[in-house]
Amino acid sequence: MLSNLWLLIAIPAASAAVLLLAGRKADRWGHWLGVLAPAASFVLGLIAFFGLRDLPGRAAEQTLWTFFKSGDMTIDFGLLFDPLTAVFVLLITGVGSLIHLYAVGYMAHDEGRRRFFGYFNLFVAAMLLLVLGNNYVMLYLGWEGVGLASYLLISFWYNRPSAATAGKKAFLMNRVGDAGFAIAIFLMLAQLGTVNYNQVFSQVGALTTGTVLVLGLLLLLGACGKSGQFPLQAWLPDAMEGPTPVSALIHAATMVTAGVYLIARSNPIFSANSTLQLIVVSVGALTLLMGCIIGAAKDDIKRVLAWSTVSQIGYMFLGVGLGGGAYALAIIHLLAHGFFKANMFLGAGSVMHGMQDQVDIRRFGGLAKYMKITWLTFMMGWLAIIGLPPLSGFFTKEPIIAAAFEQHDAWKSWVFGGAALLGAGLTAFYMTRLFVLTFHGPKRWTDGQHPHESPAVMWIPLVLLAIGSVVAGGLMASPVAKWLEPPLPAAPAEEVHGVLGHTAITVLSLVLTVLGAGLAWALFRRGTALEPQPAGPVVRAARANLYTDAFNEAVFEKPGSWLTRALVYVDNKGIDGVVNGLAALVGGGSGRLRRLQTGFVRSYALSMLAGGVLVLGALLAVRLG
Amino acid sequence: MTPMWYIVLAAVLFSIGAVGVLVRRNAIVLFMCVELMLNAANLALVTFSRINGTLDGQIMAFFAMVVAAAEVVIGLAIIMLIFRTRRSASVDDANLLKY
Repeated sequence: MLSNLWLLIAIPAASAAVLLLAGRKADRWGHWLGVLAPAASFVLGLIAFFGLRDLPGRAAEQTLWTFFKSGDMTIDFGLLFDPLTAVFVLLITGVGSLIHLYAVGYMAHDEGRRRFFGYFNLFVAAMLLLVLGNNYVMLYLGWEGVGLASYLLISFWYNRPSAATAGKKAFLMNRVGDAGFAIAIFLMLAQLGTVNYNQVFSQVGALTTGTVLVLGLLLLLGACGKSGQFPLQAWLPDAMEGPTPVSALIHAATMVTAGVYLIARSNPIFSANSTLQLIVVSVGALTLLMGCIIGAAKDDIKRVLAWSTVSQIGYMFLGVGLGGGAYALAIIHLLAHGFFKANMFLGAGSVMHGMQDQVDIRRFGGLAKYMKITWLTFMMGWLAIIGLPPLSGFFTKEPIIAAAFEQHDAWKSWVFGGAALLGAGLTAFYMTRLFVLTFHGPKRWTDGQHPHESPAVMWIPLVLLAIGSVVAGGLMASPVAKWLEPPLPAAPAEEVHGVLGHTAITVLSLVLTVLGAGLAWALFRRGTALEPQPAGPVVRAARANLYTDAFNEAVFEKPGSWLTRALVYVDNKGIDGVVNGLAALVGGGSGRLRRLQTGFVRSYALSMLAGGVLVLGALLAVRLG
Repeated sequence: MTPMWYIVLAAVLFSIGAVGVLVRRNAIVLFMCVELMLNAANLALVTFSRINGTLDGQIMAFFAMVVAAAEVVIGLAIIMLIFRTRRSASVDDANLLKY
């Protein structure tokens, strides 16, 4: 299998082509083909994963063909399968297959189901290309591919103005990040002449500090765009306009973690500059707090989960920014997050399915009795994300918080460790609020609601993901960290003694988690008001996404539209004016000039005579003068 | 008698012809004025030939007469056609080819 890695990508790509090109003929069986393709890739991925164990160096590299060649620059279409890629391939195809299966039920009544599966398979193919490439251009190819699939799927219900706008917003904000990433690739080509991972990483030491910093910042910009991190986070919550399986697969489990993959893959670059690492950590810490604060103020079930995704990816950025052994911790948290967040998104989809697409958590309540399986599986996701032992969140988030405390500078430990710890408490608060308002307390439904459990094709993936949410963290925590070690750096041998001991941190975070959850339970046990309530400045700011959208609008969008209007004015009046004026001048002038053609023979004769006299006069003047 | 008087006569004839072309409207008269100008030119050519003592001018005059004869044939035919369609020989009436 390791010599035929391209099959992993080719199967979903071929399936996408069939689904998108076959037309209505494929409507009856198309969705099953769509489920089979990622499942087949998953099986192949498993075979490759087990094949990796016996391989020297535990990495299989293969060059399919020369992608392009110009002068000294050669870029291969090359694939690389190493432990880091392996865990991503299994996450993408494994969780992806379950979500595809779920979507068969969720999209059953949608007439665009075949198109949906076509885009979904396209996404899987692009995401696999992203993680399987052996150079930055392959990564970029997949990166743009998932961006396209994400755009198509956010705007899947394109006749809804909000969905169409959200798709455009996601595309535009991603473009900012992608531009950074593209410039980073140009910089590599200019400075190192190669984009191949191994060659780039072996030459990082030869670069100046400034170049490494710029390169890292550009890569970070790309990562922030794709992963919804500050300052490019605004598109991710709006992306929830797409169908729920899309939110689960693309905007929670896989695509948005591509930024974390990018930084983890580029770890030799990021580890080479401590300023760079500090910036990554700051972005992560800021975003995780932002996500928590805004998530606590939202009333739309999918938006709360979206802000929670932003916040959890903030934890991962914190991890990859800390460097050293924390790279692996971030990747493990990413895997666990893939399970429990996909589980909760699908659970939210199941709730919406039973409640006629209601998304307002103020209009839920008391659903536990009517949707037993959804309730139980969602509970597993909830307990996992707030980090209650022995569920997976505890084993994956706790080490990141501990690592944030174990830095050489005391102030860094306090600031970033404190942020991570505070985030854990806030996470417990808003997730408990979401859970209690949805499944417990009095019913606050709108009229005519008959909640019911979803069909088996939807709850089977939920159960499997719930099992993953429970056990994945505990199973993966220590073996995977060691296993990820050639591509990711090993934890340093010498122990850094942080400002707080391990036990103290664990106890503190558990206490904060229980406090946050208990507070939310006490506040929302009896339900909540149906209308927005007057609130203090913090809550109002959180409801308005901490004014980040307003900031973007005032600073980027408004001047942008002014500029456009000014340019349109210049174009209409200035450039068109010159062109039209010239034409009018020639037209008007010739209109007057043609009056000379009177049609009278004698006037022509007079002009001929006058001309003759003139020529004669001139000749005489020259001759005699 | 010096040849100079012939030149003067040619100039006078040419001027009469030119003025006639400019001021008259009848196509036939116009045509005769054109002939007058042509013959004034012929007279000048013959005179110069006499002054210079070569035959070039006289040969040139013969050419001009042949061309004038051909021109008369075509010109009169055109005038005839215009008269038939418009019932008028005035050149001012045939003024359709204009702006």
